[in-house]
Amino acid sequence: MLGNILALALKELLALLRDKRSRFVLIGPPIAQLVVFGFAATYDLNNAALAIYDEDGGAPARELVARFEGSRNFHLVRRIDHDDQIAPLIDNRQVLLVLHIAPRFTSDLLRGGSGRVQVILDGRDSNTATIALNYVRTIVTDYNETYAAEQGRPAPPVRLEIRPWYNANLESRWFIVPGIVGLLTLVVTLIVTALSVAREREAGTFDQLLVTPLRPVEILIGKSVPGLLIGSLQGSLIILVAVYGFGVPLRGSVGALYVGMGLFLLSAVGVGLMISSLSVTQQQGLLGAFLFMVPAVILSGFATPIANMPAAVQLLTYVDPLRYFLIVLRGIFLEGDSYALLFDQYWPMAVIGVSSLTAAGWLFRHRMY
Amino acid sequence: MRLRGMVRKESLQILRDPSSIAIAFVMPVVLLVLFGYGVSLDATHVPLALVVEAPDANTASFTASFEHSEYFSPQRFASIQEAQQALAQRRVDGILWLRSDFSRHLLLGRSAPVGVILNGVDANQGRITSGYIQGAWQTWLLSYAASQGQQLKLPAAVEQRVWFNPALRSRDFLVPGLVAVIMTLIGALLTALVVAREWERGTMEALMVTPIRIGEILLGKLLPYFVLGMGGMLLTVAMSVWQFGVPLRGSFWLLLLASAIFMLVALGMGLLISTVARSQFVAGQVAILITFLPAFILSGFIFDIGSMPWPIQLITHVVPARYFVAILQTLFLAGDIWQVVLTNAAALLLMMLIFFAILWRKARKRLE
Repeated sequence: MLGNILALALKELLALLRDKRSRFVLIGPPIAQLVVFGFAATYDLNNAALAIYDEDGGAPARELVARFEGSRNFHLVRRIDHDDQIAPLIDNRQVLLVLHIAPRFTSDLLRGGSGRVQVILDGRDSNTATIALNYVRTIVTDYNETYAAEQGRPAPPVRLEIRPWYNANLESRWFIVPGIVGLLTLVVTLIVTALSVAREREAGTFDQLLVTPLRPVEILIGKSVPGLLIGSLQGSLIILVAVYGFGVPLRGSVGALYVGMGLFLLSAVGVGLMISSLSVTQQQGLLGAFLFMVPAVILSGFATPIANMPAAVQLLTYVDPLRYFLIVLRGIFLEGDSYALLFDQYWPMAVIGVSSLTAAGWLFRHRMY
Repeated sequence: MRLRGMVRKESLQILRDPSSIAIAFVMPVVLLVLFGYGVSLDATHVPLALVVEAPDANTASFTASFEHSEYFSPQRFASIQEAQQALAQRRVDGILWLRSDFSRHLLLGRSAPVGVILNGVDANQGRITSGYIQGAWQTWLLSYAASQGQQLKLPAAVEQRVWFNPALRSRDFLVPGLVAVIMTLIGALLTALVVAREWERGTMEALMVTPIRIGEILLGKLLPYFVLGMGGMLLTVAMSVWQFGVPLRGSFWLLLLASAIFMLVALGMGLLISTVARSQFVAGQVAILITFLPAFILSGFIFDIGSMPWPIQLITHVVPARYFVAILQTLFLAGDIWQVVLTNAAALLLMMLIFFAILWRKARKRLE
């Protein structure tokens, strides 16, 4: 029994690694993507193009402008002096926002009133606009506090002391990079498994495999091994790059991380084999892998939070193994979670893994052409 | 004549194998529904823990501004320890902590400190939540000043005007971007396997001994898939407008023209992968790796390109979806702004020419 499985697993691995091109696609692109996406996928705003329209020109206005110039979130592209210049700049995406200081800003301020500042933003990318608006508010709030303290105005009756836990500087890279570990592990594992049965079906060798003394369980295990092996090697490599390359802290237990990864790989391999045994041609296998992968990524909470989805869609996320693995990854990397806190994430992945593998094994025999 | 035969053969192959039809029509609908409803950056009802150590009229007025906001769904906790435990277990996303000396500070006219602890794991969401909390705080400051018979005078008062999307609905900018992601998928997936399949099955060699020219083979493969892809594209646009209520402020014909160019780029990319890879396995892997994820992450569809480090920004220039996302977001939300549409369309045209030129060189009628 063990010998049979080993022989089949070895054959599967050879089929994958024999060809130079397929060897390359398993290793090269995932690492390249980790690096590119790790740097690219950020919600932090750097050097957002800003135009300043200062109609006042007084010292307090210049002080406010200086704060914007000094911020690394904004980059002053142009100073304008006319209303008509605002629209073309925003329309043509030359700037993301225009800071407009009203003509009587200084005199209003000196009279003890409020000086008016208008911010005009390009809402075509509303997320970037929201982030920019938050930065603007932070800068202006700081300015107000300093000004009030200097001029002896009363401080606001209540002040907020905001402290983010786990990620004190709110670096979105710390959130995204552990997510990429899950994302790329899923992609590689699915690619390896989704075409494995379909390829044999297309070539006609699967029928031959079925008439050998190998039992379906043995075929199942033999076909799973390469996916598990390559997935875990790839995953480990990506974790190393995340910790040593991107400097994301790994605060929890590595053991708990690997338990999560093992269960996740089991479910990914199960889904991949299920898709593969459902399809007759490689094109169908690839399409099936895609039809699973794209929603699995979207609904996992990788880029946008699950809590923002409508209730019906949230239900759908419960069958997405990546959802659980992302919580495990972020929990262990940033929050330093232990086994007990993660148990609720472990068992659903185990259930998905076992049921999809069972379905795949059943399909081996019952879907014949 | 030969071309017509080739087109006919490809069309029949498409019709016989339902998976191509599924890619072109079922996938866009499924994806758009999933993305359209699934991808949202607008948080409402953020679970927030309220810890009030000494409740009285002042704390009640302060917490009321959080309890009446649709952005939060507050839960009360008796002590800060319990609230912190809830935060660690991910039951709440933030804590608002009013210490026992809140009212004393307030009455003495000193700034009363309120502790705010956020779960910063999702940094973007953390920042958005922090913005909401500050908003509720400012609302309270205004009403408190009014109740004391004063007027709150902040030195600089910010007034915001967001053009094209005043309500900052994230769906309005995500759905046009999705059209680009989905079309990249359709175009590249449709054609990624078609040439590789002929090589693998040996029918490419059979085609070679016929008088058909290589250009005719490629064109014959391109045309049916172009029609199919444009059908999927029209479906996606129709759904964006009628199902998701995204405004289409620009010209429909301009959108169609830009989409046709983009479709050719995507199909060309798929054909190129297919021609170079020669095996369906490799072609499939490459198609997944170089189309979907870059279109998702490097196109400016969710993540702002201007904030990426410059080497990555350079890379985004070879992602065709980048140009199409810019065109789509402008045409849908802002209208016909020629400077944006023309420069990006020119970039797409250039990419199309480059892809087809490479394809022309690589796809020689010869055996190796």
